[in-house]
Amino acid sequence: MSRDWSDLAYLVAAVCFILALKGLSGPKTARAGNLIGAAGAVLAVGVVFAAEDLDHLVPILATIVVGAVVGTVVSRRVAMTAMPQLVAAFNGVGGAAAALVALLEMSDAGSKSTLVAALFTVVLGSVSFAGSAVTFAKLQELMTGRPITFPGGPALFAGLVVADVLACWWAYEEQLTHSAELPAALVVLVSLVIGVLFVLPVGGADVPIVISLLNAFTGLTVAASGYVLGNTLLIVAGTLVGASGTILTRMMAAAMGRSVSSILFGAFQGGSTAGSQEASDRPVRSAQAEDVAVLLGYARKVVIVPGYGLAVAQAQHTIHELVEMLEARGVDVSYGIHPVAGRMPGHMNVLLAEASVPYEKLKEMDEANSAFAQTDVALVVGANDVVNPAAKTDPGSPIYGMPILSVDDARAVVFLKRSMRPGFAGIENELLYDPRTTLLFGDAKDSLTKVLQALKGL
Amino acid sequence: MALLTIFVLAVFVGFEVISKVSTVLHTPLMSGANAIHGVILVGAVIVTGQTEDTAGLLLGLAAVLLATLNLVGGFVVTDRMLEMFGRGRRRPAEGKHARGAGEPKP
Repeated sequence: MSRDWSDLAYLVAAVCFILALKGLSGPKTARAGNLIGAAGAVLAVGVVFAAEDLDHLVPILATIVVGAVVGTVVSRRVAMTAMPQLVAAFNGVGGAAAALVALLEMSDAGSKSTLVAALFTVVLGSVSFAGSAVTFAKLQELMTGRPITFPGGPALFAGLVVADVLACWWAYEEQLTHSAELPAALVVLVSLVIGVLFVLPVGGADVPIVISLLNAFTGLTVAASGYVLGNTLLIVAGTLVGASGTILTRMMAAAMGRSVSSILFGAFQGGSTAGSQEASDRPVRSAQAEDVAVLLGYARKVVIVPGYGLAVAQAQHTIHELVEMLEARGVDVSYGIHPVAGRMPGHMNVLLAEASVPYEKLKEMDEANSAFAQTDVALVVGANDVVNPAAKTDPGSPIYGMPILSVDDARAVVFLKRSMRPGFAGIENELLYDPRTTLLFGDAKDSLTKVLQALKGL
Repeated sequence: MALLTIFVLAVFVGFEVISKVSTVLHTPLMSGANAIHGVILVGAVIVTGQTEDTAGLLLGLAAVLLATLNLVGGFVVTDRMLEMFGRGRRRPAEGKHARGAGEPKP
């Protein structure tokens, strides 16, 4: 295959990626968009085998087959609740792949500018890999989701950045004369530590935004490796992801009422350290499933606010049943969906779609908020931070300014909660102690099943 | 210089192409964009195919494996999410019946 033909095929693939992103931004075209992107990727990988003169074809193809099988199986099997972790993991391996490519290409770097680009790729790819690994650990609850800070953290971070720049300079000088294995290894090591320190201070609820940011990083890493290899497709694809990922990060942060910098550096300024994991012993009004059934069964209008707890308990299907039974009794029921309900913006919509909840029943935040004043019961299932009035009333709260679902406007609020433990962000919710609030403790699925049984007896 | 031009133009395309996205689609969009950078597989294949020593081959194959996971896994999982959205929307026309818990059939 001649150079012209392969360049043309790469161009087609690049256009596919642009169309994919365009398609993914609209609900009707999203699935087709994703498939166009996949087609572009298949074309690009096919072309590289046809156009380049490659050795080691058998091990390369075998590795691709193994990777494709493992990737497909994992993606098919993983629970929808674990989606944020999976995206973090895929992002991390992408960053690592780009860093490895750049490391291998460093020794062949034809010019000073490609050498600089290669070092940039190694740094950013390693940061993205280590950062994604930490986000994965936080989301998978292998480690605490709370912000981790320590005295001198910012100074250490700054020192490491300087050290990384010096290591890059050393690697650059060495590479110009002979090979630079030792300094290159140092660059990788320091960059990995930077990636870890970058994500440690970020609180649990903000972690998804960091995944999006690291996604943009990996995009830029791929673009830089495209420059090193002189491959336009990698430049276009990587830059697209870098740019769109940056915009998406800002949109997600806006949905949470935060700025990206306050998410990344908030903990250093003491912004998100107010959280506590301890349960308070102040009195609350807890009730039995029968009481909740009466409250719901004789209401005219009920709004359900689902949160991550609903998904963890796999209670999407049970709540769907409960809603159908309430509707049979003539109760007007809808779902109020917070943009960041779940663990990632838009995550709850995916989870409820999995349970076949009709799309029309899902009310976005503004619509739900204007309805709460006419709502008899707001049923909060496994959510906490997204209904916490401290976001509106307490300027000292770490979630202050985040738009919330104003369930406190409803005539009564019912919380289905496992315990009095604060939510993912680790912040106390005053609404739990409000006299209009009723609590039903237990696993969301068990509680809902009991309420369902009690409702049948009404 | 030509490569730099391509880079700058791609930045603008990237900004423009997703100017407005509903929060409903943030998760699939992030996942889809994530899949696209898996095309680093192309780079991984090129460097692995041109490497001459064993260490390089091993590192290269590691890059090929990781990139394939990113690329294939990313597109498959995005499709799985979007498939559910489609089902949710069609729901009223199909009539209602509760689905059992568990994973959807591939």
